[in-house]
Amino acid sequence: MATTDEILSAMGEIVNEVAGIPVEDVTLDKSFTDDLDIDSLSMVEIIYAAEEKFGVSIPDEESKNLKTVGDAVAYIERASN
Amino acid sequence: MSSTVVVTGFGATTPLGGDAATTWDRLVTGTPGVHALTYDWVAELPTRIAAEAAVDPATIIERVDARKMDRSTQLGLVAALAAWRHAGLGLGEDNPVDPRRLAVSIGTGIGGLHTLLGQWDIQKEKGHRRVSPFTIPKLMANAPAATVGLRLGARAGIHTPVSACASGNEALAQGLDLIRLGRADVVVAGGAEGVIHPLPLAAFGQMQALSRRNDEPERASRPWDVDRDGFVLGEGAAVLVLESLEHARARGARIWATLAGAGTTSDAYDMVAPDPSGQGQAEAVRLAVADAELAPGDIRHVNAHATSTPAGDGTEAHSVRAALGDATDEVVFTGTKSQTGHLLGAAGAMESMFTVLALRNRVVPPTINLEHPEEGLDIDIATTARPLPGGDIAAINNSFGFGGHNVAIAFTTDNITED
Repeated sequence: MATTDEILSAMGEIVNEVAGIPVEDVTLDKSFTDDLDIDSLSMVEIIYAAEEKFGVSIPDEESKNLKTVGDAVAYIERASN
Repeated sequence: MSSTVVVTGFGATTPLGGDAATTWDRLVTGTPGVHALTYDWVAELPTRIAAEAAVDPATIIERVDARKMDRSTQLGLVAALAAWRHAGLGLGEDNPVDPRRLAVSIGTGIGGLHTLLGQWDIQKEKGHRRVSPFTIPKLMANAPAATVGLRLGARAGIHTPVSACASGNEALAQGLDLIRLGRADVVVAGGAEGVIHPLPLAAFGQMQALSRRNDEPERASRPWDVDRDGFVLGEGAAVLVLESLEHARARGARIWATLAGAGTTSDAYDMVAPDPSGQGQAEAVRLAVADAELAPGDIRHVNAHATSTPAGDGTEAHSVRAALGDATDEVVFTGTKSQTGHLLGAAGAMESMFTVLALRNRVVPPTINLEHPEEGLDIDIATTARPLPGGDIAAINNSFGFGGHNVAIAFTTDNITED
């Protein structure tokens, strides 16, 4: 079972792959759109990459509420437990 | 208002090189760009050769940007940014062109085929939730033009002529019109194509349109030769910066040639076969000469469409003679697809760039592999690099496409900036 730090680290790699943002900038407090400047289509790619990576399902109606990296990490943590 | 349109820059990425200068140097020295394909999927195909871009565009464009683009767009963007720099123009705050006077016209023959088929493969294998949200903006045919327009900040309109293998020339013809009509001062015009993939190789193969000279790829593309057996699929892009003469002069731009006229016709004959009478092709050449206010005797060079298919090459030779009459005797022809393969929707733009360079450098690049010309062509084809005369001369680039499209573009040496 993945820890918060492991999920955050993997999210950093996904965000870097999709949007080119340095891994170290991907921290729990950051907003995907306001802080990391990720466009809506890139956000969809990040969500499905996370689904594949962690073997979870993040329905569209849930992903809309994932404003920050911390929101996403918490959701994945709950969904995978 | 000036109706004179000049070429102030060009850029390309082709099977001969990752830029225009390398491409031209290799073209003039007769370098084949066709090679054997080494992909696993190629084994079962009747054609296992192609003219791939010499430099992978994904190695040049920033990684995160490149992954949002189909290969055809990557190629188009590389060529367009090179053309923009070549025209002495900068980006952002260093861009001196009024964005409301800047338009883009970049054509493609097929569009984002790698994306379309690649994402369908993913959907079949992994389901709809794994399909990229960038699929549509990557695969749409206007993606190369739109990507270039976004990068350059163009606000006077973005256009994508789609007329198969005439698309590149049609884009230039449209650029000419936009400037003449006063709708833009600068038009970034060209073509992009990147469809070397098993499906087009199979599909063109089913039409028996592709060369199957797999054992001798470098000798496969041989326009006008009696032993030609089809075209060779190529990929790449070329873009020209077209500008009103007034605008070019006002900013002190270097001028490479004048885009003097264009002629567009359609065969009304068959979807894929060229009209054997060649009347539509001849009329396109006549219209281009007239539009440029030239006489047939001014035309000293023709970069022919000449794809190396049995049906097309001879017809074109006769149709140019029908258009230019006895003046054809003074014309030096070349078929540069012998070296580059056939870049489909990018071919017209690339070969127009070659025509500009031929006029500027007074040299016609060679047609390679022409060992036994078909009987009765009655045209003078350069098989080694051939000089062009000094003085005021003109040249034509022909492009024809499935659907019966014929587009001839006339360039002249007028206004060229001398060294």
